[in-house]
Amino acid sequence: MTSELGGTVGDFLRARGVSRRGFMKFCATTASLMAMAPTMAPKVAEALEKARRPSVIWLPFQECTGCTESLTRSHSPTIEGLLFDAISLDYQETIMAAAGHQAEEILRDVTKENWGNYILCVDGSIPLANKGYSTIGGVSNVDMLKQVARGAKAIVCIGSCSAFGGLPKANPNPTGAVAVSDIIKDKPIINVSGCPPIPIAITGILAHVLTFGIPELDHYGRPRAFYGQTIHDRCYRRPFYERGQFAEHFDDEGAKAGWCLFKVGCKGPITYNSCSTYKWNFGVSWPVEAGHGCIGCSEPNFWDWQGLYRPLSTTQWGNWTTVGAAAGVGAVAGAVAALASRRKQRPVGEDVEEAQS
Amino acid sequence: MTILEFARGPAFQFALTLFVFGVVWRLVGTFLMMRRHDFSKPRKHSLVAGGVRSIAMRSLPPHELEKKIVFQHVSGYAWHLTFFASLLLFAPHIPFFKQFLGFGWPTLPNGLALACGAVALGILLALLWRRATRPVLRHISTIDDYISVILTILPLLTGFFAYYRFGIQFIRYETLLGLHILSVCALMVWFPFGKLMHLFLAFPARFQAGALLRRKGVEA
Repeated sequence: MTSELGGTVGDFLRARGVSRRGFMKFCATTASLMAMAPTMAPKVAEALEKARRPSVIWLPFQECTGCTESLTRSHSPTIEGLLFDAISLDYQETIMAAAGHQAEEILRDVTKENWGNYILCVDGSIPLANKGYSTIGGVSNVDMLKQVARGAKAIVCIGSCSAFGGLPKANPNPTGAVAVSDIIKDKPIINVSGCPPIPIAITGILAHVLTFGIPELDHYGRPRAFYGQTIHDRCYRRPFYERGQFAEHFDDEGAKAGWCLFKVGCKGPITYNSCSTYKWNFGVSWPVEAGHGCIGCSEPNFWDWQGLYRPLSTTQWGNWTTVGAAAGVGAVAGAVAALASRRKQRPVGEDVEEAQS
Repeated sequence: MTILEFARGPAFQFALTLFVFGVVWRLVGTFLMMRRHDFSKPRKHSLVAGGVRSIAMRSLPPHELEKKIVFQHVSGYAWHLTFFASLLLFAPHIPFFKQFLGFGWPTLPNGLALACGAVALGILLALLWRRATRPVLRHISTIDDYISVILTILPLLTGFFAYYRFGIQFIRYETLLGLHILSVCALMVWFPFGKLMHLFLAFPARFQAGALLRRKGVEA
């Protein structure tokens, strides 16, 4: 899958018929996405024009291919898609033509030729309970990751599985799934979390790595440009939250009227992502607009986070057995304390007799 | 485990268990420790009416002190009303109660509920300042008073921080929310062991006093 077109990104885009106007538009969009000043757009263009097309290796581990589906289906006809072609995506099992030994040979060749310079994209978590749970060409995921990561310039974790362990890590985590950052400690790691992540975030991050290197990250290693605000911050249903108008069920009048989904379990207030800004499918819609609350898929351990449909203001309070036991123990303690106190009291009339004597 | 996960999980479970234990312990202990049997002949009957009357009368300021305690009286009523409005009629709080009760109820617009919370917070801060600066009040105050007031202030304060996301540049929203829940946990833990227990004991105490006085022939 190594591209036959060498040279810079600018050369490649011109060869593909992308106009200067279209290219500048993309650069302006990218600068805007990454929260740069508008004056940075020409610099993005200049950097992209000169950027050598870096080799990108995409390793899929314990994953559902949803991240790849999201990226390819939603954006392949756009200029972002072309840019994605413009990087030399040398190894991606799902979309590469080669298979079997040929594919593995490509991986070996690409890593050897670009040692120390390629960008490694990973989707899927890595099982550690048993190396045999997930293998590619007979090589376990963890061994392949360690081997390929050694020569990588940077690692981009695509999706919550590679970023945080994701669904495979959900309790009871039968495969012992872990995130890339649990294994690789000596390389820059960018987590583009989400289940799946927004396509524009993937291309935006790759553009940033191409032009200006590693973007500013939050404490979970996510680019602040895309994960700097919560879903709730930018949600179009926010005014209903402010007015106290909530859907109580998915089929009630509130839901039909498009009111806030907080009470049916929306995790928007604690989920850092930009779905409410960029939406999906070219900005057509996104889960909350479709009538379902945010499930917090870009946050660590979201599957185990106390239920997708439990409102945020509820707690894990235990059960009535525990509360009943506490009440029972309290009643016994109270009765004992009261009886002990009564025993200390002198019988009626004793104080009078004492006074008379 | 994040602060929010800790607050919603183990911390709240611990606080709820201790709260239930403490409240039942205090109530059972108090009611079983009632006065000794009185062998004297009652001067008046209808003790229940006496108790109810006492509850009503002691909810109003004593006539002789009416002008002197107008601030405490008005601020006391205003505080309780606004505090319970912000607690029970603020929409995001309803799922919290619904998980125990199985049902919810209509709420105020968030802006109105928050205004109630702001009034409650302001009154509480004013009363704390008054208690700390007036010599007589300071003299009769105990550590219980200060702890009870401060632990009641904290959920209101952290609630505003969480809702308005004050300091979001320095601290994440889920941490603010976690601190809000932790402050509620602290309040629940302290509740049965301090003066906040008056929530459950104020009316029974007034009733009992009224009934006993009625028996002795006193109209109180």
